[in-house]
Amino acid sequence: MVAESVLATRETSWSEAVSQEVHAILLASELERLIAVLVRKGYAVVGPTVRDGAIVYDRLESVEDLPAGWTDEQAPGHYRLKRRDDEARFGYVVGPQSWKKYLHPADVRLWSAERQGGTFRILNNETKPKAPQAFLGVRACELAAIAAQDRVLLEDKYHDPIYGARRADAFLIAVQCTQSAATCFCRSMETGPGVANGADLVLTELLGPKGHRFLVRPGSDRGAEVLTEVHTSSATDADLHEAEAGVEKAASQQVRSIDTNGIKELLYRNFDHPRWDNVAARCLTCANCTMVCPTCFCTTVEDASDVTGDHAERWRRWDSCFTQSFSYIHGGSVRTSSKARYRQWMTHKLAAWIDQFGSSGCVGCGRCITWCPVGIDITEEVRALREGESHGKP
Amino acid sequence: MATAVTTDPMLPQPYLVQSISKETPDTFTLMLAPEEGANGTSFQPGQFSMLWVFGVGELPISISGNPSEHKHLVYTVRSVGQATNALVTQSVGAGVGVRGPFGTGWPVDAARGRDVIVVAGGIGLAPLRPVIYEVLRHREDYGRLVVLYGARSPHDLLYRQELAAWARQRETQVLVTVDYGGMSWRGHVGVVTTLFKYARLKPSQSVAMVCGPEIMMRFVARELISHGLSRNDVYLSMERNMKCAVGFCGHCQYGPHFICKDGPVFPYEQMRPLLEKYEL
Amino acid sequence: MESLERIIAEHPFFAGLESYYTGLLVGCAANVRFHPGTYIFKEGEEANEFYLIRSGKVALELFAPQHKPIVVETLEDGDILGWSWLLPPYLWKFHAHATQDTRAISLDGKCLRAKCEQNHDLGYEVLKRFAQIMERRLEATRMQLLDVYAVR
Repeated sequence: MVAESVLATRETSWSEAVSQEVHAILLASELERLIAVLVRKGYAVVGPTVRDGAIVYDRLESVEDLPAGWTDEQAPGHYRLKRRDDEARFGYVVGPQSWKKYLHPADVRLWSAERQGGTFRILNNETKPKAPQAFLGVRACELAAIAAQDRVLLEDKYHDPIYGARRADAFLIAVQCTQSAATCFCRSMETGPGVANGADLVLTELLGPKGHRFLVRPGSDRGAEVLTEVHTSSATDADLHEAEAGVEKAASQQVRSIDTNGIKELLYRNFDHPRWDNVAARCLTCANCTMVCPTCFCTTVEDASDVTGDHAERWRRWDSCFTQSFSYIHGGSVRTSSKARYRQWMTHKLAAWIDQFGSSGCVGCGRCITWCPVGIDITEEVRALREGESHGKP
Repeated sequence: MATAVTTDPMLPQPYLVQSISKETPDTFTLMLAPEEGANGTSFQPGQFSMLWVFGVGELPISISGNPSEHKHLVYTVRSVGQATNALVTQSVGAGVGVRGPFGTGWPVDAARGRDVIVVAGGIGLAPLRPVIYEVLRHREDYGRLVVLYGARSPHDLLYRQELAAWARQRETQVLVTVDYGGMSWRGHVGVVTTLFKYARLKPSQSVAMVCGPEIMMRFVARELISHGLSRNDVYLSMERNMKCAVGFCGHCQYGPHFICKDGPVFPYEQMRPLLEKYEL
Repeated sequence: MESLERIIAEHPFFAGLESYYTGLLVGCAANVRFHPGTYIFKEGEEANEFYLIRSGKVALELFAPQHKPIVVETLEDGDILGWSWLLPPYLWKFHAHATQDTRAISLDGKCLRAKCEQNHDLGYEVLKRFAQIMERRLEATRMQLLDVYAVR
């Protein structure tokens, strides 16, 4: 029985089904066949690959595209790829991109329209991508982020059909982390490093004495169905323990954390805390954090027409609350200072999100810390607010 | 009365301009009707639509017409920029895209059996006019109606003839003031809060609905509370940058509230802690 | 015809004032009436009385070069008109123009001022009440200055 302590704490019927009988072993060499099965079923397989000095998500043609033997070294404002001394396919943590690149794309044409006499006709555009997508290498924090975006875009008053179509068809293959970066804090956000549910297949990479292989279990019916088409063998207790130990190692490596006790109230009551001036002096409002954050969902709408004026289009693009124009209403912007904009982002992410959607908007992936050019650390900012409160100092 | 969003809230429906009438030098009232054969639209007082001008842009505009009239949608628009100007210069018969209606409405049902106080500043009278229509249409269901309206100058007053007509209704008091009187204005001069002392109010049985610039709403709400109304009986209509109107783009957030779907109408009790926060 | 005493005693502005003081005020009070178009007082004149408006409308006006009179505020039923009698230099700062048939009670400010100098308790009660009026007018005037309806 896999220890519950390293699993994310959300309980569903699937965690009841997690048992030794369901686990199997997939040899590393079988990974190619897994990809092939997905391609045959019509999926476009997307996963990690090395490009431009980072591990990004892109179309995978074969296992060769995976970042075998690479790992990522992360710190505030710092990201470097380093070679590993093994050939682990998933021996990194998280890169600058997240799956929102595919589920909540950065540029979408919502519809186009054409003039007809004095009026117009909307030509409704297809909201689905050409092929359903399979995501290979989804981390526990990323599953939590996808669940967070599900709540925002599918489970509230309105339903976003663009996200909905991509989400319904997406096949998720989770890979549990067996190491953490210095910027990770999923443990304190209770989103990882172990995967509970939300994926169709859950893999853990094992590099022990028995050779390079993956512990695998299905997380859904269609996951189980795909597994029947690849070659697996039974998993032993030793396999389960090795996987468990890997996830436990990842958890114990985390050096950062956020104390989430009363965090909503903490942020709400510290609107005028001097710490905001402190972070504002550093923040460039470059919006990197919102671009790399896997839960940030803000978009803008742009209307355009061609030169003749007979054809118009509406596009939806990613936007960021860090821009000057984000809060613009006639006469000027409401949040003109960088202080106001940083405060808005952090308060929304850690506090208002809870009131809006029932859980935190932060999954502890640490990307905002890594990709901030000046290394602003959200965990440190929370700590500073708490301590500043009790000592009356910024 | 449930709101009928009969079509995809993301797609503008073509509505044809029936008329555009000038209220003031920069403010116009548009009447739109759905194309032949399309369903009529119902709305709740206080709701807004996203109006799209082909190839120019889309704007949130409060519906200012009569909620019992289902053949048209009426909007009062102030021309302040490129998109609003494009809207008010459309020809009769032109197609304008309409999405919605969106948002929460004024508490016209909760106000039944009570006195209704409507406090409007400037263009803020437009989203409140449907409330006045509703109260006057079901006159027996409501107590007294008090309308307090302030504008910049006499030139900027909206719906002048209707204001006079409303003032003649029974159990109805209409008080109008301007910030700058000008030469021939014989009426009241002063900000809208100065009208309170002339209003005949019964605070404990009143529901107040306020719309105007945010500063004005802040002062008016305080004034209403000091007159004895409860914070849960005063309602404000808030405004922020809006792009999608369906709670996805994130622009209209005000504290934890999405103005497009949790508002724009909010009880003052909810707004009070936020209104004081600079650059929220 | 209501007695002046009752009107003054019941007016919210004078609420809480001891009846001795109200009596003093009544002693200096008179009913007055202004036809439309009358200037009740003009800027620069000596300020010796103040008014409790009972009905009608009074516009406070300022004159500036090249301008017709600018109405900065209008006062109606129940409003108190004038406090310049209370503070040096005891001169009116505005014109007060009755734009409708206006009935008011005039109170002898000069007399009241003298009594306040003798009796500081009375002085405090009077100043407290006028301070409130001034505060509200200031607040309202500041809001007017903001020009909230203007397009930026």
